[in-house]
Amino acid sequence: MARRRNSPQSSSPSRLRESIAVRPPPSRTRERVGVRTQARKGKDAGRTRARVPVAKTYKLYIDGKFPRSESGRYYPLQRDDDLVIANVCRGSRKDFRDAVVAARNACGPWSQASAYLRGQILYRAAEMLEGRSKQFAAELTLQGVERRRAEDEVTATIDRLVYYAGWADKYQQVFSAVNPVATSHFNFSVLEPMGVVAIVAPDSSGLLGLVSNVAPAVAGGNTCVVLASQSLPLCAVSFAEVLHAADFPAGVINVLTGLKEELIEQFASHMDVNAVICGDADAAAERKIQELAADNIKRVVLRGGVDWNVAAAQSPYAISDTQETKTTWHPIGS
Amino acid sequence: MARPESKLEFDTDWKYSPAPESTDHIRIDPQYELFIGGKFVAPRERQYFDTINPAREKTLARVARADRGDVDRAVVAARRAYVRAWSKLKPAERGKYLYRIARMLQERSREFAVIESLDGGKPIRESRDVDVPLAAAHFFYYAGWADKLEYAFPGRRASPLGVAGQIIPWNFPLLMAAWKIAPALACGNTVVLKPAETTPLTALKLAELMRDVDLPPGVVNIVTGAGDTGAAIVEHPDVDKIAFTGSTEVGRLIQRRLAGTGKHYTLELGGKAANVIFADAAIDQAVEGIVNGIFFNQGHVCCAGSRLLVQESVADEVIAKLKERMETLIVGDPLDKNTDIGAINSAAQLEKIEQYLRIGQAEGGEMYQSSCSLPETGYWCRPTLFSGVSQSNRVVQEEIFGPVLSMQTFRTFQEALDKANNTPYGLSGGVWTDKGAKIFKMTRGIRAGVIWANTFNKFDPSAPFGGYKESGMGREGGLHGLGAYVELY
Repeated sequence: MARRRNSPQSSSPSRLRESIAVRPPPSRTRERVGVRTQARKGKDAGRTRARVPVAKTYKLYIDGKFPRSESGRYYPLQRDDDLVIANVCRGSRKDFRDAVVAARNACGPWSQASAYLRGQILYRAAEMLEGRSKQFAAELTLQGVERRRAEDEVTATIDRLVYYAGWADKYQQVFSAVNPVATSHFNFSVLEPMGVVAIVAPDSSGLLGLVSNVAPAVAGGNTCVVLASQSLPLCAVSFAEVLHAADFPAGVINVLTGLKEELIEQFASHMDVNAVICGDADAAAERKIQELAADNIKRVVLRGGVDWNVAAAQSPYAISDTQETKTTWHPIGS
Repeated sequence: MARPESKLEFDTDWKYSPAPESTDHIRIDPQYELFIGGKFVAPRERQYFDTINPAREKTLARVARADRGDVDRAVVAARRAYVRAWSKLKPAERGKYLYRIARMLQERSREFAVIESLDGGKPIRESRDVDVPLAAAHFFYYAGWADKLEYAFPGRRASPLGVAGQIIPWNFPLLMAAWKIAPALACGNTVVLKPAETTPLTALKLAELMRDVDLPPGVVNIVTGAGDTGAAIVEHPDVDKIAFTGSTEVGRLIQRRLAGTGKHYTLELGGKAANVIFADAAIDQAVEGIVNGIFFNQGHVCCAGSRLLVQESVADEVIAKLKERMETLIVGDPLDKNTDIGAINSAAQLEKIEQYLRIGQAEGGEMYQSSCSLPETGYWCRPTLFSGVSQSNRVVQEEIFGPVLSMQTFRTFQEALDKANNTPYGLSGGVWTDKGAKIFKMTRGIRAGVIWANTFNKFDPSAPFGGYKESGMGREGGLHGLGAYVELY
């Protein structure tokens, strides 16, 4: 796949052909770490490469598979110098509906899976991410995050996965209750997952922000559809590969990329979604989400303005945000 | 099916003598004002409406209609009480006020029970044995939480929200007021509460009681009125939290209207609960559970077991026994201690129920009603059973809020579970079987907030109550009910 400089306006076939034909000039050769990385400077410039790195196509993650958007649309992720880093799938409303179907189908088995298993799979995701931390740091850097911060974000994400892996078989004991009713009944209240959770991941934190919202939802037995940060989408797609390798069952976590403005209303209004989490949005968008959520009395969790890097951004209350309380009565007697 | 030999012939051999509860010890004023800032004050526009006794169709009292300005006065009073008094009080002292309320409610329980039955039409047996004692128990339970909140939310500090606007329905007027006020006050909030327009009297009596226990003025304000009054509370900019119990339709409007306001809200909405009877259930007990599930409080219960699902092999037996049992239900004077089913709450509700009876028959359902006699005045509905209905029938899908039961059969466990969950609601459910493992499989499978196994329609202040899906959000009761009235830091 050739490197090309383009924009949505300039992506006509003729321009594309032209750019393929013309580029890359030797001075613009890039090394790749799974993605297109920073230009070599100085003495490397202009040197003929022994090997052309293999570029990665960034796709969606729906029902355990990696399809392109059914719409065939994309948006280019560009750097400051106008170079295209990747053509990111511009997920459609149909992609979202497909993802909700997958999430709904995965709901029953995932919510009935043992808490031990859910914890182990989340822990496995941390293991997978640890092994690929360089790739994720490089992806973040490529998208403009300063190197040191990028490395910190990846390690914080790994630790966050471990944190919620540990909660998977504990939050129930913290939040459930045996209720001392006055009549002769055994009465207890337990938490159960709400079902399908639609998550609009925070814009500002491409990896850690997404994982900080997805992990507590699935640790609690929900399934989800998450819309990646529009400006920092690459790690979300690569994280889907981590999820895949961690043995998350198909449909438990579905990752979409696309334009937030285009999809956010669908996330809030879909009648088979039980809860919607919004990482950050402007006041008008938050209001719209809340209005549309009322169509089926969706639970709305607004997590705007959170600093995902600090320890305070993780808590078992992030799990209970997408849990229902079920109270069960049974007579005591013969 | 022939009647069993042991059947008591209530219509012929036995007659119940009237056993009316005495009303001479209660006082209902001819006119009630708004309770704002610890005083009863006239509404600014001097508008009033009648509250009637649905069993007699007679006016009990004139009640003030609060407009937007009156609601504003109430919110101002609640804010002032929050800032100056309630939030400055030590939590343990807050709790002691709630204990006082609980105790005085117990002392005056019969008076409240009689007024509840007069104003709402529910049988005195229920208002006396369920509504009022539970209301008192609710205040007593939450009183003790006031100074123990740090134990309810591990790792967090709980802080009150401020002024809570609370809108309650007509089916359990006093009990719902207690469910709303007790946790709000225990957590340090102040309250503006609107009772339903057809049943305002016990809330106003509760206002008198709040005054009598010397609760600081403005901590609880009661504004009476209809939907407009409720909307004014929802839209008031200085209200921090809305707690609503009522229909899903209105709940949806409220959720929409609160969008973008930053107000907290909890909604307790409608239901269409399945009551699942397996073949291995104790059938006689199950029949009692079915009756209690749907005919309790005339079926004006959001968590009523209004969809009966019976395993096919015992369907004939269950129907026969259920019909026999329905025959014995006494419909009539709510104040009579023998009455099982009282008056329908209002003419409008009766019309809605009767419309569903017509719809059910037009859809092809087979309607059975008991042959009981009905009083000549008042609003009444015989206990009703629809069989031969399918999942898509409106009487199976929609909340009727009356003594109307639909019945379907099933063969397998999975069919029962699928049918139980085939509804946008998720408030409650029931399961009847003698097999423990089956109970847990079913209670886990039903997507609803309250599940009764081998029992139905039981309530307790320590037991969280609330819905999944379109039956609302948030819990009332128990430790979990505290979460609706605090912000965690």
